Amino acid sequence: MLRFLFRRLVMAAAVAVAVSLITFTLTNFASDPAIAMAGDTASAAEIQQIREREGFDRPLVVQYADWLSSAVVGDFGYSYRMRVPVSDLILSRIPVTMMLGGAALTFAIVLAIPMGVLAALRPNSWIDRTALGVAVLGQAMPTFWFALMMMVVFSVFLGWLPASGARSWQHFIMPAIALGYYATPAFMRLTRAGMLEVMRSDYIRTARAKGLRPHVVLFHHGLRNAIIPIVSLAAVQFGFMLGGSVVIETLFSMPGLGFLAWESISRADLPVIQAIVLVIAVFYVLLNLMADLANAYLDPRIRIG
Amino acid sequence: MLDVSNLTVDLPTPAGTLHAVRGIDFTVKQGETFCIVGESGSGKSLTSLALMGLLPKGAARRADRLAFKEQDLLSLREHRMADLRGNRMAMIFQEPMTSLNPVHTVGGQLEEALLRHQPVSRKEARERAVHLLDRVGVPAPASRLRQFPHELSGGLRQRVMIAMALMCGPDLLIADEPTTALDVSIQAQILRLLRDLQDEFHMGLILVTHDLSVVARVADRVAVMYAGNFVETGPVHEIFRRPRHPYTQGLMNCIPAPGKTPPGGRLGAIAGIVPSLVGTITGCAFRNRCPFAFDDCAHGRIDLAHIGEKHHSRCLLPERQAAANAGRPELWQAEEAHVEALHQPWEKRDARPGEPVLTLDAVSQTFKVRRAMFQAKIPLHAVNEVNLDIREGEVLGLVGESGCGKSTLAKILLGLIEPTSGQVLFDGEPMHSHGRKFIARHIQPVFQDPYSALNPRKTVGFIIGQPLMVHGLAGRAEVERRVKELIDLVGLPQRVFNSLPNQLSGGQRQRVAIARALIMRPKVIICDEPTSALDVSVQSQILNLLLDLQREFSLTYLLISHNLAVVQHMAHRVAVMYLGRLVEVTNRANLFQDPRHPYTQALLDSALTPDPDAGVPDPKLGSLPPNPLDPPPGCAFHPRCPKAMEHCRTQMPRTIDDKAGRVECHLHDQTAPISIANKRARISAA
Repeated sequence: MLRFLFRRLVMAAAVAVAVSLITFTLTNFASDPAIAMAGDTASAAEIQQIREREGFDRPLVVQYADWLSSAVVGDFGYSYRMRVPVSDLILSRIPVTMMLGGAALTFAIVLAIPMGVLAALRPNSWIDRTALGVAVLGQAMPTFWFALMMMVVFSVFLGWLPASGARSWQHFIMPAIALGYYATPAFMRLTRAGMLEVMRSDYIRTARAKGLRPHVVLFHHGLRNAIIPIVSLAAVQFGFMLGGSVVIETLFSMPGLGFLAWESISRADLPVIQAIVLVIAVFYVLLNLMADLANAYLDPRIRIG
Repeated sequence: MLDVSNLTVDLPTPAGTLHAVRGIDFTVKQGETFCIVGESGSGKSLTSLALMGLLPKGAARRADRLAFKEQDLLSLREHRMADLRGNRMAMIFQEPMTSLNPVHTVGGQLEEALLRHQPVSRKEARERAVHLLDRVGVPAPASRLRQFPHELSGGLRQRVMIAMALMCGPDLLIADEPTTALDVSIQAQILRLLRDLQDEFHMGLILVTHDLSVVARVADRVAVMYAGNFVETGPVHEIFRRPRHPYTQGLMNCIPAPGKTPPGGRLGAIAGIVPSLVGTITGCAFRNRCPFAFDDCAHGRIDLAHIGEKHHSRCLLPERQAAANAGRPELWQAEEAHVEALHQPWEKRDARPGEPVLTLDAVSQTFKVRRAMFQAKIPLHAVNEVNLDIREGEVLGLVGESGCGKSTLAKILLGLIEPTSGQVLFDGEPMHSHGRKFIARHIQPVFQDPYSALNPRKTVGFIIGQPLMVHGLAGRAEVERRVKELIDLVGLPQRVFNSLPNQLSGGQRQRVAIARALIMRPKVIICDEPTSALDVSVQSQILNLLLDLQREFSLTYLLISHNLAVVQHMAHRVAVMYLGRLVEVTNRANLFQDPRHPYTQALLDSALTPDPDAGVPDPKLGSLPPNPLDPPPGCAFHPRCPKAMEHCRTQMPRTIDDKAGRVECHLHDQTAPISIANKRARISAA
């Protein structure tokens, strides 16, 4: 168990290094940090001065090693534009993104699992077809368009919900629905397929042969088995939501990581971009690790022999 | 206690309504064992599910009367039926490996059956569970409650299933093929257990099976089911002594019965296939396969007719003729391999009958396996220093319980895996150094399950001819010609050339698999349980075909089977495997008449023959097979051996090789047992 955890943590570190190396290289090729730092009005001499002062004229490998050695201890440098430590900036933005991701995931699961179960219990019925329709719609509709439509209806016409910011829980409703709805079809399909398979299995027949009540057969014996792959999917989807919140946070002007990423990219604020990419990559790996642990807990066949 | 009258089960299919059960009547009394025997598709399993109200969605159950302890089940609402299920009537299913919920503990699954139906505390339920687990022979019952199903072997899981069915002390127990998936040694134990429990709890027992040997040993009354209907019913002795219906007679002629069918002789066979159950069947459903059918059989409705004391048969044949047909296996004409179909003669290699064609020299296969996700890998000695000659032109039987390494050995011989140590000589040359293609040229497999062994998207012609293409042995036209020869040879109609496997029956598919194995004209065929997925009547056809081909082309077979009657019928020599080691190798006569290894004796004792007087054997194989990951020291068989001696626990037995064959057992070691120190000295000297 400990060895397993250790191996996974080493792997997480390796992924983080690889991701940071790629982002560091790409961002440095895409734009010149000295120009970005100096601002639009700076002269060529000023830029050259910055370049020498900040060490941007050194070989990229050296710069990366320098950056990495500070990053390991949580020092990502200063934002070029905001003149504050990148780590402070990120820490202040994480809660909003986590809340948005959590709310979106909750919305997706609460919507998808009951629909998937109902669809599996009555395959090809109107429930199944409705669920399928909802799923297809979710996947076909671009997230930003859906978000804009909600804004038009609920904020502009009806005035029920705030259109931007993240000051209260109401601010999170529309972004969470927009972000979560896109993940719903995957959850629903997996639930439906899993339940269809589980309910056909021999042990469900055994449970029925014991005369157990229908809800016990369905939940205690059925869903308990079908839920196992859904946990893995939830981890992947949550990571995806953290990364994918760029569009939603920008649209709703929510001060989260995604919005910060968008701002930093448009301003070529390289240290911030690098740090955000790294943070999200590490999150991804950790979430997968948690999913594995959760699966081991849920499925005794994986747990201990 | 159970009274069923005119029970029908209809299933909707795209082709129309399938009448799976077509109006059967029977009763079961308290303390009685009623066996329903039939082949796949006969409707026997649906009958048992219909009684329990567990039919799949869409299936329709109808009956004139369906009463359980004077209670009408037909008008019972589902929730009232659920009150009976698992309580007054309980069921055991065929698949112990998949019938328990993998995510809940054994204890939880046992207890919930009782908690659902009776006002008992969790503690009382747990006590009952421990009591029953102990009663059904699960060792260390109290500690099993916290285990999960995957931690138990198949035999133990089936015992847990039985204990679960008994939690509420039911009046009626329905067992659907309760021992089919299990080894012979465990089969005997489970059948004994069911019989003892039935006496103890005074239950009615409905046993559904395809196995006539099981029926003969446990039944009080028997119903033979064919195409959704009972064709013959009666007391077990009547059915086995005086079978009257041609189908029953045919079935009995199909199974190799030691003492009745000469070894290697032709088995009876029932030609043809079961008619479609969609729509109505006029006349006798069996008439197209019946050698005695006459004009009247095609018309009207044929009822079960009284022909003896409580003995009924659904047949128009006059009683005297039916009686005369019973003991004449030659009436069940068996088709032969169509050898004349071969244009190009099978190369008569410089055959040296009796010379070893395959020699296994201290072959071992060790796998590294992980017991669980977070644990280190440990070695599993699947095949352990096996020495064996397979001789030109012989059928060598390989028997042993599941998990003993039979299939691993087969994979080594097919070149699919290379042994960890030791070597295999083919015609005196190390085989694995030649590569897989060379091996495939000379050694071909026939596998157990013809449903999954054939690519479902390729035509039969392609499947049979593919080896020739892969090896570049023939051009397109030549391949087609040879495929067509082979199709004739294995007794298939030419029209299957363009069929897909799923358009064929199980027996036909197995013929395709045999044709594919033969097309390269190999020397050796590895038959891994070639008939255990097939029905009795089809099994005999395939065994006949395999024997014909073997004789005609002096093929060498390694026949792997858990069915000892089949091995006794087919094999010239037999090797017995236990936990990766060959414990006994000898010829057929010696092995079956005078087995020397206690394990062989126990296996033979637990094998069932269709003899209604013999009862259920007690092989006295104390415990269950040990975990191969943790084999016992000394002789691996000693914990189960009734004759184990002190030094069996510590010292590996030597291999004794004499006129009577080879055996690895201290009992037969004439010399004084060598001490381990001595042995070490000898090894280091060598």
